[in-house]
Amino acid sequence: MAQEFWQTLWLTFRLAAVTTLLLILIGIPIAYGISRSRSRFKPLLEALISMPLVLPPTVLGFYLLLAFSPGSWLGAWLEQAFGLKLVFTFAGLVVGSIFYSLPFMVQPVQSGFENLPPNLVEASYTLGKSRMETLLRVQLPNIKPSLLTGIVLAFAHTVGEFGVILMIGGNIPGQTRVASIAIYDEVEALHYGLANQYALVLIAFAFSILAMVYAINRRMLRAG
Amino acid sequence: MIEIKLKKALHAASGPMELAVQLEIAPGEFLAITGPSGSGKTTLLRLIAGLAQPEEGYIKFEERVWLDTAKKIALRPQERNIGLVFQDYALFPNMTVRQNLEYALGKGQNRKIIDELIEITELKELEKRYPARLSGGQQQRVALARSLVRQPRILLLDEPLSALDTGMRAKLQHYILRVHEAYQLTTILVSHDQREVFKLSSRIIALHHGRISQPALPPPMLLSNGHNGDFQLSGEVLDIEAQGDKNIVKVLIGANMVRIEALPEETRHLQPGDTTTIRFDAGQSELLR
Repeated sequence: MAQEFWQTLWLTFRLAAVTTLLLILIGIPIAYGISRSRSRFKPLLEALISMPLVLPPTVLGFYLLLAFSPGSWLGAWLEQAFGLKLVFTFAGLVVGSIFYSLPFMVQPVQSGFENLPPNLVEASYTLGKSRMETLLRVQLPNIKPSLLTGIVLAFAHTVGEFGVILMIGGNIPGQTRVASIAIYDEVEALHYGLANQYALVLIAFAFSILAMVYAINRRMLRAG
Repeated sequence: MIEIKLKKALHAASGPMELAVQLEIAPGEFLAITGPSGSGKTTLLRLIAGLAQPEEGYIKFEERVWLDTAKKIALRPQERNIGLVFQDYALFPNMTVRQNLEYALGKGQNRKIIDELIEITELKELEKRYPARLSGGQQQRVALARSLVRQPRILLLDEPLSALDTGMRAKLQHYILRVHEAYQLTTILVSHDQREVFKLSSRIIALHHGRISQPALPPPMLLSNGHNGDFQLSGEVLDIEAQGDKNIVKVLIGANMVRIEALPEETRHLQPGDTTTIRFDAGQSELLR
C-alpha cells in the first residue's frame, strides 16, 4: 500500500512538472502575443484561454475524451501518424492539463507584460535591439514576480486537478492515478486513513508553495 | 540635414486634431520645440524616432530616407540613427548603471565608449548601482549617457529635465550642452520651459494644436543702452503679487527671474504672460568682476 501511495504522489508531481515545463514554453509566447495584440479578436482569444477557469472541468474533459478517442478523426490521426494514444494515458493527462492550467500561466504573465512601462521596450528598440533580444533581456527579467506566480499557480493547479483527469485518464495506478483521484477512490472504498494521508500531503504542499510565492514576491518587490 | 514632413491625426484632451509639420534641421543644430501640453510635441519626437507612424509623411536624414509613406518605406526605430531620452528616463531596472550602458552596445562595437560616457556624465561612482537607488538627476544622466552609446547623430530629448529641481536642472543642462558639442550632435529638445529652451537651443519653434507657429525667437533682452547708465530690459511677466501697498512683479529676463517692486498703478495693465519693458535709471554704474 505504501508503495502505491508514493507511486501516486510521484505521478502527481511528475504530471505537474511536465505540464508546467510545457506551459512555460507555450504560455509565455501566448501571453506576449496577447499583450501586444491590438486585434479586435483579442477578447475572443482571451475568453477562450480563460474558459477552464469557469467551466466545470468535466466539460473540458468530456470533449477532450471525445476528441482523443480512437473513434474521432483527431484521435485516429494522432495514433496513426505518431502512435500517440491520449485516452487513459499519461500523455493524455499532460495534454488535458495544459488546456486546463493554461489561464493560470497566461494571465499573470500577460498582466506582467502589460504592466511593464512601454517606455522600457521602446527604449530598447531605439537602442537598436530586436524584439527577441528585448523580450529576453528586458521584458522577462523585469516581470520575474509574474513569471514565478504563473509557474507556481500552473504547477499547483495541475496538482489539484480532478475532473479533467477523471474523464480522460481514468484511475489506472502508476499511469493515470493522481492524488486527488486517489482520495476520492479511497473514500469510496472507505479507506479514510489513506485518503487522509493524501489530503494532508496536498494541504501541506498547497500552503507551503503559496507562502513561498508571496514571500519571494515581497522580496522582489522590495528589491525592485 | 534632416527633412521632415509629417501628418498624423491625434486625439488630444481638447478633442481630435491634426499634427501637420514641415521642418528642416541643419546638422549640428540645437532645435527646441516648445508649446503647451497636448500640442503634439512628444508625438513629433516619437514619429522621428519611428516609435509612432504618421498617416502621411516623409523623413530624410542626410541621404537616407527613413520614412516615405507614399513609397511604403518606414525604417524601424532600430535602424534610425537616433538617441532618445524619455521623459521618465526608462532605465532598465534589472541592470546596473554600467549594464544599462553596456546593453546599448552594438555587435562588435568598441567598449571604450562606455568609459568615455561614464566619465563625461560623471557616473563613475554610481556605475554599480541599480536605477531604483538613484536620484532623478542621476537617472537622467544615465539615460543621457545610454542614449549616446550607439554614437547616434541625432539626439532627441523629451522634456528631459521637467522632473528635476532648479539646481539639478542647471547642472544637467550643462551635461546636455557638453555632449551636444563633444559628439557634434543634431539635437531636438522638447520642452515647455522657456528658460531651458532659451538657454540651450540655437533655434526654437513652437507647436500649437499640431501646427508650427511663428518661430518664437529669444526676445532681445537689452532694448536700448541709452546714455548715462539708463537702459531697458525686456522680459516676460511671470507673476504679480501684492505686498503691502506695493506689488512684487516677477519677470523672466533671459534665463533669469528677477523680482521688481512696482506701484499698483504701474502694474494695472500687466498680467502674467505679458511682455514688459523695465527701465533702469542707475545713475552711477559700476563694473564688477
